[in-house]
Amino acid sequence: MQKTFPKGGIHPDENKITSAKAIKKLALPKSVYVPISQHIGVPSEIVVERKVKVKIGDIIAKSSGFVSTNIHSPVAGTVTKLDKIVDSSGYKRQCIVIRTDVKDPSNFEENDLPLKKEIELSPKEILKRINDHGIVGLGGATFPSHVKLNIKEDNKIDHLIINGVECEPYLTADHRLMLEKAEEILIGIKILMYATHIESAIIGIENNKKNAIKNFKKLTRNERGIEIAALRVKYPQGSEKQLIKSLLKREVPKNGLPLDVGVIVQNVGTIYAIYEAIQYNKPLTERVVTVTGKSLKDPSNFWVKIGTPVKDLIDEVGGLPEDTRKIVNGGPMMGKAIKNTDVPITKGTSGILVISEEEAERKKSKNCIRCGECVFVCPMGLEPHLLMNLTEKRMYEKAVSEDIKTCIECGSCSYVCPSHRPLLDYIRFGKSIIKKLETNKN
Amino acid sequence: MSNQPIIISASPHVHSDRTSKKLMYDVVIALIPAFLVSLYVFGIGALIVTSVAVISCLLFEFLIQKYLLKTTTTISDGSALITGILLAFNLPSNLPVWMIIVGSLVAIAVAKFSFGGLGFNVFNPALVGRVFLLISFPVQMTMWPTAVENNTTIADAVTGATPLGIIKEGLMYGETMTEIGSKIPSSIDLFLGITGGSLGEMSAIALILGGLFLIIRKVITWHIPVTMLVTIAVMTAIFWLLNPEKNANPLIHLLSGGAILGAFFMATDLVTSPMTKKGMVIFAISIGILTVVIRKFGAYPEGVSFAILIMNAFVPLINKFFKPRRFGSRIKSKIV
Ligand code: SF4
Ligand code: SF4
Repeated sequence: MQKTFPKGGIHPDENKITSAKAIKKLALPKSVYVPISQHIGVPSEIVVERKVKVKIGDIIAKSSGFVSTNIHSPVAGTVTKLDKIVDSSGYKRQCIVIRTDVKDPSNFEENDLPLKKEIELSPKEILKRINDHGIVGLGGATFPSHVKLNIKEDNKIDHLIINGVECEPYLTADHRLMLEKAEEILIGIKILMYATHIESAIIGIENNKKNAIKNFKKLTRNERGIEIAALRVKYPQGSEKQLIKSLLKREVPKNGLPLDVGVIVQNVGTIYAIYEAIQYNKPLTERVVTVTGKSLKDPSNFWVKIGTPVKDLIDEVGGLPEDTRKIVNGGPMMGKAIKNTDVPITKGTSGILVISEEEAERKKSKNCIRCGECVFVCPMGLEPHLLMNLTEKRMYEKAVSEDIKTCIECGSCSYVCPSHRPLLDYIRFGKSIIKKLETNKN
Repeated sequence: MSNQPIIISASPHVHSDRTSKKLMYDVVIALIPAFLVSLYVFGIGALIVTSVAVISCLLFEFLIQKYLLKTTTTISDGSALITGILLAFNLPSNLPVWMIIVGSLVAIAVAKFSFGGLGFNVFNPALVGRVFLLISFPVQMTMWPTAVENNTTIADAVTGATPLGIIKEGLMYGETMTEIGSKIPSSIDLFLGITGGSLGEMSAIALILGGLFLIIRKVITWHIPVTMLVTIAVMTAIFWLLNPEKNANPLIHLLSGGAILGAFFMATDLVTSPMTKKGMVIFAISIGILTVVIRKFGAYPEGVSFAILIMNAFVPLINKFFKPRRFGSRIKSKIV
């Protein structure tokens, strides 16, 4: 039997229409718009002024606390503005605008660096560099990596899990990366194993990426301690807790972290960024983004400089089709709808999904017919219909005792509800109110 | 870009193509085989009862929503249609038309809308309608036309008791099962549905076919029907083994009366059954036990309807006590 997590989950249409499209390099953007809040935690502090010239990789915003990280200039050019612009959150946020210097040769430097196998840095230096180089989880959660790797004495960590699941429909950025940069990823894994003294690593990949599984299996035939696990295709297996359950049958306790069950999880994209940071001293300034949608002319995968406006990517795939009704930053299950194409790509953008008229409309919500579907599919063992009701009735305390806070916002419940009830909308709203109430109390 | 505005809504941005309407119509489709058998067995009577029940259920739903509640009507959602068919399936094929209308009114107005409409009702509307009629008009509700092959008119229908009724009566007068056995149809006839009883209780095979369709279409899961039928089988087997002369064998219990109809179509009603698999199993075991207890010790030969209605009342409690296990709540989930 193929491994997967036992409770809940759904199987939406995959629509991985870009999985055979090699990652292309996107042309240099005229300007980049780099938000200072691209990670979970405290926004970074701007350390550049207007009119200052910057090089690729210069720190332009500094980490301002424990759960925060540095931000580096993705291009060589001139800082033209420090301004608030609407980012993918839908809010206006502080942003550093840099006009790209098209004459600067470093902007055209080939970044297809040769494979570099020997690890020269010490474990301490490796961790420091991951911290300095602004690496965050590229799977979408954007949790600063150095925080995850900050292992305390009494944490007994025995497994490093590499998340190559990519369970969101449509997205293929990780899939392509695993095909094209497999050797680099393996070195990245070794770097992490060496730096953290973890002896066992498992790369978890869903079975809809058979070529990536095969490729890795071939490459690791003679490797000790690195294992490839093919997983049954089921959403939301890419969620850390579900992935750990699938691979090791361990269950991260309520309000707990993977560390509590001896595991560190890193996304494959993150591993690749770590490889580049350690072997080539390259900070996180670009990433792979899938630009996709059924109505697009030429959906593809791209290497994109952080801060590139979504518009540039859309132009590259043939422009926005007439019938576009929704543009999503991320995948269809967890991504955020954005207002327009001025929004910049950030460290957390794994895809841009264009949704056409017929698919975009939400159906009218009807009465709950108590079918229990939402309960069956919730991977966290919650009762979404109940949580929605409690939120509607403003019974927040009861919602907390029914574990509303452990909802991972995977959207499986809303996806499946035959009455089209906006379950997750209410749960999210309830969670945010509860958070406010709790911070006010303290 | 078109001049249509860009939509900003929260994730998820895709939805499965299942709708509650589709689920309901799957149930209707699943009921067709049993309906065809009832037509074959009871002829025009089956047609009359079913049409009257369906039309009056739809009509009452429409009138209540339009004139009493002043809301938009939802008669197209399929739920009133199902109530009509299921009510008809629980009635004898010669029931006076006005009684069918009264039963439909009770099902829709009392069981459904007095609780707030679809999704808010606690009891299965069709069963409430049936039990109301059973209590109010016990004579008409237990005079069953027996199966007459290729029966096309109601007039020549012979009335008699159902197999379970014959057994109950026989045992009451001290007959043994061997003696009773000759008066009831064979198991094969029961299985195919050539027997007396209410419309939709007839053919086990047709009902099972419909039930399987619902399971394949994932409208229901196996938990309720299988658990319920197994419970009835085990309970009646115990009694039968203890004293085969005083108790009917499990096969008769499963194949006659409303056991199969109840297991696949009434107890599984989405609205009035529990929402977790654990809860469903508890619910179905309880229905099974209650059914056998009522059949054996109660005043009525049949027990399924009462058993389901009684357990409907416990569903909120079951939902409260048999919650899904929360992820991460197991304490022993430390490193193994
Ligand atoms: S309640 Fe939360 S965790 Fe459960 S299915 Fe809905 S979104 Fe996912
Ligand atoms: S899936 Fe929708 S209709 Fe079914 S129980 Fe949940 S909220 Fe109600």
